Amino acid sequence: MKVSVDEDKCCGAGSCVLAAPDVFDQRDEDGIVVLLDAEPGEHLHTAVREAADVCPAAAIMLADRT
Amino acid sequence: MTSTLDPADRNTAEVPEYPMPRAEGCPFDPAPELRTLQEETPLTRVRLWDGSTPWLVTRYADQRAVLGDRRVSADMTHPDYPRSAPGNGTLSFIGMDDPEHARLRRMVGSAFTVKNVAAMRPAVQKIVDDALDEMLAGPNPVDLVEAFALPVPSLVICDLLDVPYSDHDFFQQNSKTIISRNSTPEERTAGTTALGQYLGGLVVAKLDKPGDDLISRLGERIKSGELTVQAATEMAVLLLIAGHETTANMIALSTVALLRNPDQLALLRDTDDPAIATSAVDELLRYLNITHGGRRRFAMEDIEVAGQLVRAGEGLVMPNEIANRDPEAFPDPDRLDITRPARHHVAFGFGVHQCLGQPLARLELEIVYRTLYRRLPGLRLATDFEDLPFKHDGFVYGVHQLPVAW
Repeated sequence: MKVSVDEDKCCGAGSCVLAAPDVFDQRDEDGIVVLLDAEPGEHLHTAVREAADVCPAAAIMLADRT
Repeated sequence: MTSTLDPADRNTAEVPEYPMPRAEGCPFDPAPELRTLQEETPLTRVRLWDGSTPWLVTRYADQRAVLGDRRVSADMTHPDYPRSAPGNGTLSFIGMDDPEHARLRRMVGSAFTVKNVAAMRPAVQKIVDDALDEMLAGPNPVDLVEAFALPVPSLVICDLLDVPYSDHDFFQQNSKTIISRNSTPEERTAGTTALGQYLGGLVVAKLDKPGDDLISRLGERIKSGELTVQAATEMAVLLLIAGHETTANMIALSTVALLRNPDQLALLRDTDDPAIATSAVDELLRYLNITHGGRRRFAMEDIEVAGQLVRAGEGLVMPNEIANRDPEAFPDPDRLDITRPARHHVAFGFGVHQCLGQPLARLELEIVYRTLYRRLPGLRLATDFEDLPFKHDGFVYGVHQLPVAW
């Protein structure tokens, strides 16, 4: 799984951090998403999928590696 | 121009009025009419107080699609915006579109990051403990709204903004007026003006004597030219209102719901698993949805909703209480089950306007749920359930009073 984030779309609601704190964090100055791990291990995939699903701004993109 | 009826719709049955009343005796459930619409006509015209007929969107997936669509606008000053009441009720960035919305919202984002909110845990716990100490030392029975549900979030937001809590009567009264559907436009404007003057005074005072609080940090933006005093004041008013009314109503209404579902209350009270309290927060938000009144938008260009065309300029109303009871998203949706996965609910809204303060709201609720029912294991209603005064008159749902004994 490859994760990418779009900082311009992000609205800083923090949902991704609640869902997958090992993969997402927030910038301290404005709450915008920080990607901690662009290729998270398999044990994190469910949490990352949930983070992408609950992101209100569709700022998290997932790609399954071929 | 706000949406009007298409000629094609004229021969169909009457356009239902919105909002619709809840069923007698079912204060936790959405209006039955919303349920029928969700099953049968997920996109339908409704008539608002001003005669306009925007589209009502009732399914979970469709509401998320609309609220997440960048081709819809939240501009409350625009004539196409489906207003929930008379008057120009805009409040800072919640009634704006990007890029200005994002610019302003990001200025206060730091205060509500998950990490910075987590750092407030000891302070919030102390506020909850102290409020309960005081309540337990006082009369029994008592009104839980007055004695606990309202003071806790008010103290928290006062802390964050460094607003003197001693003025809480003043700002609680004005907040109440602003969010009541029964207020006249003049009363609402007067309430907003009074809060604005009060907080504007604080904004200016903190320009000279800044402290470690959110209003002082807005002061830095004023000095750097990024924000006017007026815009900073509006943001402070928004945060003050959003910060206490919503959470206060959630605390009181959750307590009623849990007392009516004693198995769920027992589970929450007796567990040592912190994950239960966390999932209870989301499930109670999903089940109760204290913001009733429908999130509002209008289409800026032609878009497709629920397989139908919505034309540019037409209004859209998304009542989250019915989306959160959509069986497609939440199996057996009318059952309160604090162990179910419910984080994908839309009680905080969806799209770029989703509640910014949600990490703080979640923290407050979690601490309250883990503390209140343990400290008061004998908590019970001190009046008949049927006599509880539910807030059918506001944009925020809850109970006016909650007499309890323990």
